[in-house]
Amino acid sequence: MAIDLTTHIGNLTLQNPVLTASGTFGYGLEYADFIDLDRLGGFVVKGTTLEPRQGNPYPRMAETPSGMLNAVGLQNAGVEHFIEETYPLLRDCKAEVIVNVSGAKIDDYVAVAERLQERTGIRAIELNISCPNVKQGGMAFGTTCAGAESVVSAVRKAWKGHLMVKLSPNVTSITDIALAAEAAGADSLSLINTLMGMAIDIETQRPKLSTVTGGLSGPAVKPVAVRMVWQVASKVSIPVVGLGGIATAADAIEFLLAGARAIQIGTYNFVDPSVSVKVVEGIEDYCRRHGVEKVEDLCGALKI
Amino acid sequence: MKKYELETVVRVSERYGSGLLHLVLERTDGKDMPEMAPGQFVEVAVDRAKVLLNRPISIFNRTDKALELLVSPIGTATKALCEYVTGDRLRIIGPLGHGFSTQFAAGTRVLLMGGGVGIAPLYYQLRTLLSAGVKAEVVYGNRTAQDAEICALFSGLAPLHVCTDDGTAGFHGLVTQHPATEGAFDFVQVCGPKPMMKACARLAAAKGVPAEVSLENQMACGLGACLCCVEDSKDGNVCVCKNGPVFNTSLLKWQ
Repeated sequence: MAIDLTTHIGNLTLQNPVLTASGTFGYGLEYADFIDLDRLGGFVVKGTTLEPRQGNPYPRMAETPSGMLNAVGLQNAGVEHFIEETYPLLRDCKAEVIVNVSGAKIDDYVAVAERLQERTGIRAIELNISCPNVKQGGMAFGTTCAGAESVVSAVRKAWKGHLMVKLSPNVTSITDIALAAEAAGADSLSLINTLMGMAIDIETQRPKLSTVTGGLSGPAVKPVAVRMVWQVASKVSIPVVGLGGIATAADAIEFLLAGARAIQIGTYNFVDPSVSVKVVEGIEDYCRRHGVEKVEDLCGALKI
Repeated sequence: MKKYELETVVRVSERYGSGLLHLVLERTDGKDMPEMAPGQFVEVAVDRAKVLLNRPISIFNRTDKALELLVSPIGTATKALCEYVTGDRLRIIGPLGHGFSTQFAAGTRVLLMGGGVGIAPLYYQLRTLLSAGVKAEVVYGNRTAQDAEICALFSGLAPLHVCTDDGTAGFHGLVTQHPATEGAFDFVQVCGPKPMMKACARLAAAKGVPAEVSLENQMACGLGACLCCVEDSKDGNVCVCKNGPVFNTSLLKWQ
């Protein structure tokens, strides 16, 4: 039985529902020795800002039970560097290349989106309103409905392509933020970004991260992510992209059943650089075993 | 250099002195080991340690059929790795990063300086330099004679000067105090604890010769994707896993 893995996220058509998450996959090229990038549904490149950013001081990472904390702080070479140096290398990729757009001010988000629109063929951006590791912007926009509404609507006016908005789990009600982003013009929502966490070295009695707190990711966060995807997908009418701790095809299918139309793999790329392709194959195998002809039939098929 | 995911099996697992483990790994498919350069590293999946992330381990040696590692039981994962015995399997990702300079004019005199488990990349580097006709000597420091037993693997290669903190073997003192370091050298290459590497870099600077050091910042991906292992350099934050682990000290903000 041929399985149709084609995935529609609003006006975006992916060859399968497997994406890789921003900040865990570089610009894809870092993984090219391990996998054929063309086999992915797409990949979301590193958070891109208007100006180059050096990020936070070392140490930026601490391993925790079944997960890790990071405090990278959006280190990137800036949108100009992406357009001039990186984009030409990705232009012909069959997987959808989605740019994660970050900023400290609304004008910065808009400027990055405008430059991508004018000078690249990028069809989709993921608006990062949920980075816990920068002092200004980032999560500040993603933790109030008004903040989310203001930045999403401003970018919506400037950006004609697909607008995915990445939500923070560090809120009282993620469904309220999701509804605000939808009302402001988002085409899809991706969730969850990392959960704010902290770890302490008890020998030195100091925090393990230079920034004291950081973002928790990895298998440890998966149940929280599945719950939030389920809650959001049952409230909004735009597609939801699920992420948080996916390590296997089984994990990915949980998200699809909970209502995600596509998924992103993040931290586990560090553990197994070819996990993304294995998840594509595993989803196809699951569909075959369960007599599912189209992967989209799994979306929200949870039986309660 | 192309990177691979390799399924390997432990052929030799031998302990030296107070805990350093010498592992000889071969591919389970019997194929040759891919090309690897001295100073590069591999990520090792230590499944038995029940940790999430792989652990970066320096390449001790590479032959046609084998990859050799040297492991010191320091943290949860390296302690578990030191329990692996002949016949056990390990998943390896590599080779990763940039290693030591090896292109020197014949007759160039290179001083290799190692401390503790930092001896690991110097063996392959030494072999590579000697086979290219480069003159090399090693000065190696550890705490005690027992800790320094790993030196047995270097026998017959090139002069290796041992230093111990307690004087139970070789020279009683620091590697930077060893008389062998007073000779004339054209290049210094170092791997060891950071304070020791900084002292070696000062020694090289005093001689007016370049120095390369191997850093070991905490890593997640090992591929230059996550940007966790950065070192604050004169070029800004650079990834130790991708731009290093070996750096010329002229790039670092150490002074």
